[in-house]
Amino acid sequence: MTPNNQNDTPGSNQVPRREFLKGILFAGVAAGCSSKDPFTAAANQEQIQASGEMVQLLSTTGEIIEVDKAFLKTTEQIPSLSKTAERLGIAGKKFVMIIDLSRCRNLKKCQESCNHAHFVSEAQNWIKVYSMQDAEHTAPYWQPTTCMHCDEPPCVKVCPVDATFKRQDGIVGIDADRCIGCRFCMAACPYSSRVFNWDKPMLPPEVLAMQYSSETSCPPKIGTVSKCDFCPDMVRKGELPHCVSACPNGVFYFGDMNEDVVTNGSETMRFSELIRDRSGYRLMEDLGTKPSVYYLPPVDRLFPFEEGLKNNEASKS
Amino acid sequence: MSTLSQVSIDKITADLLPKKFGKPGIIWTTVLVMLSIGGLIGYYRQLQNGLGVTGMRDYASWGIYISNFVFFVAISLVGSLITAIFRLTNVSWRTPLTRISEIIAVSAIMFAGLIIIVDMGRPERFTNLFLLGRLQSPIIWDVIVITTYLTLSILFLYFPLLPDLQIMIKHSKAGSINQKIYKFFGSFWKGTAEQFRLSENAIKIISIMIIPVALAIHTVTSWLFATTYRPGWDSTNFGAYFVSGAFLVGAGGVAVAMYVFRKAYNLQEYITEKHFNYMGKIVVMLAFLYLYFNINEYLVPAFKMKKAEEHHLMGLFTGEFSYLFWSAILVGMIIPIAVLLFPSGRKPLPMFVMGIFVVVGAWFKRFLIVTPTLLSPFLPISNSPESYAHYNPTWEEWSITVGTLAGALLIITMFVRLFPIIPIHETIEEHAKAHKL
Repeated sequence: MTPNNQNDTPGSNQVPRREFLKGILFAGVAAGCSSKDPFTAAANQEQIQASGEMVQLLSTTGEIIEVDKAFLKTTEQIPSLSKTAERLGIAGKKFVMIIDLSRCRNLKKCQESCNHAHFVSEAQNWIKVYSMQDAEHTAPYWQPTTCMHCDEPPCVKVCPVDATFKRQDGIVGIDADRCIGCRFCMAACPYSSRVFNWDKPMLPPEVLAMQYSSETSCPPKIGTVSKCDFCPDMVRKGELPHCVSACPNGVFYFGDMNEDVVTNGSETMRFSELIRDRSGYRLMEDLGTKPSVYYLPPVDRLFPFEEGLKNNEASKS
Repeated sequence: MSTLSQVSIDKITADLLPKKFGKPGIIWTTVLVMLSIGGLIGYYRQLQNGLGVTGMRDYASWGIYISNFVFFVAISLVGSLITAIFRLTNVSWRTPLTRISEIIAVSAIMFAGLIIIVDMGRPERFTNLFLLGRLQSPIIWDVIVITTYLTLSILFLYFPLLPDLQIMIKHSKAGSINQKIYKFFGSFWKGTAEQFRLSENAIKIISIMIIPVALAIHTVTSWLFATTYRPGWDSTNFGAYFVSGAFLVGAGGVAVAMYVFRKAYNLQEYITEKHFNYMGKIVVMLAFLYLYFNINEYLVPAFKMKKAEEHHLMGLFTGEFSYLFWSAILVGMIIPIAVLLFPSGRKPLPMFVMGIFVVVGAWFKRFLIVTPTLLSPFLPISNSPESYAHYNPTWEEWSITVGTLAGALLIITMFVRLFPIIPIHETIEEHAKAHKL
């Protein structure tokens, strides 16, 4: 330890706290909410002596570079993106979801993990599980809904300040730093997928300290609209959205239409084959919104509908 | 003017000059100030705690702020009706009503803008509308047409006021605050032939320009709803429906104001029973027109009763909102039609009462356009607390809404205290013309 390493001196709390406010040290605590660049700031904190042992790395541009081993720090976080990069999305991707209604029994694990990861306010949900019955004598079924990430998004059309936008990878995002809270998008969305932060969100300090990102939608901000964001931060880490991995029944398939692949974590399928063989459809096709979320009809069900009712009662109490 | 004796000019001027408030005027103003302060207190609470202090939630995401906004925009259309349309169609009896309707228009459209900021979750980002505005959003269209209409309406109020300001400067105490205000606004006006020509031309141009802009403000406001998919809003009829309702509430508002000013300022010679009779006929015609659009809006979808519409329509006809719905139809349209169809119904007092009916009915009608639709989403309301399925405005919301209504009335009241509510110069001119004949 050199004398410059202030972390050991008693009066040094200020510096780490400032860094803490920038959202470095606790970034990993808020699962699902990545934050500021962990490389530079934290690295500057310590005076690192070169070890002389070099390692070879592959840079993002495809070049092999050599770095002293002492400068390497392991991190769980990927560097943060610029607002522009977040609005553009990931090139070459077209994210889709398939929701298999034959497997849903209203367990709401998807909802739980989603709310937990995005600090959704109490009484609100980005994912809703509807008890549906289309007509008196037709069979009831459970229907989870996320944001449909429409290709003709009515919410994006009406937003007066471009706070909600369509990315090249198909995701409809929200920039809560720009939203004026007019709620026109909520009136425009036929799927009721948007929620508004009516009150100041109750957040742990480490979440409040995070730098806002439209890819994590964290931290949620009072007076702005939020909704399901398809978890592009997870995708960038090579992981699945929280709802997909939380569902024990594999209801949610997530993937890339360009690659024609979707997965629910345990099964990986061709998107086109799954839609073809299982007669996939989209909600409210007649409105012309062109959702990115597809549904597989509730045939050959894993569970009887009634089993889900128990969960409804359980979640109420 | 030579044919009109100096005596009658003096009498008209004396009759129409703004007067100090009597006791009722002071009580009225105090009440309005207190209600406005109540609104400010409510808004302070909202700024502190966010829109969570309102009764709005994710389903009823727009509430009485938005319906109040629609109401303000609606009533402001009367300025263009009485001043511009009557002017272009040579309606000779309009003179004593022009300034009344124009000040209603100006104060209403100002508060329409204010209440929209009140409704915003992030009012401090208001400037984003101008810095980051995207033309494809109907809200931006509304911002553009409303600011245009406000500008035109202020000019439309101001230009005809200029000759009166000259009279006011002459008749006010030298060095008084009032005179300073008059001089600030009108000391450049000397009443030369050239100035009159310029002013006449300007007024003529505005009266043509303001008609499409007035239709636009309320049509665009209707598009805030009609550009969505929602049952009850998804209608190609909405522009005409809103505009007809706007003319009706504006005419009702003018009827109320006519009665109040006539009584408060003893203007019986200027606002005569003839004026009430004519305005009464106009209110009946507009009420029939609005009823016609209502039948279109509700009966045609009800005939088909599409699944998505059913919850909304039944909520209005027999459900949660049925009392309010039928009351608004009765009070806002049917009863005024029934009363004002008869000559005795078009006397001042019944006209005043029917005017209030129309205005109150119209306010609740706007509520019924906004909220029930939001509580009838395509996917059934679920996964949320019971309270999300209903909308009950909180005291903060009511006090802000009442505060804006009081504020609009306060602006009208202060205007009347400072400026002649019936144009003095035009009235003298008209008398002169009448004498020549």
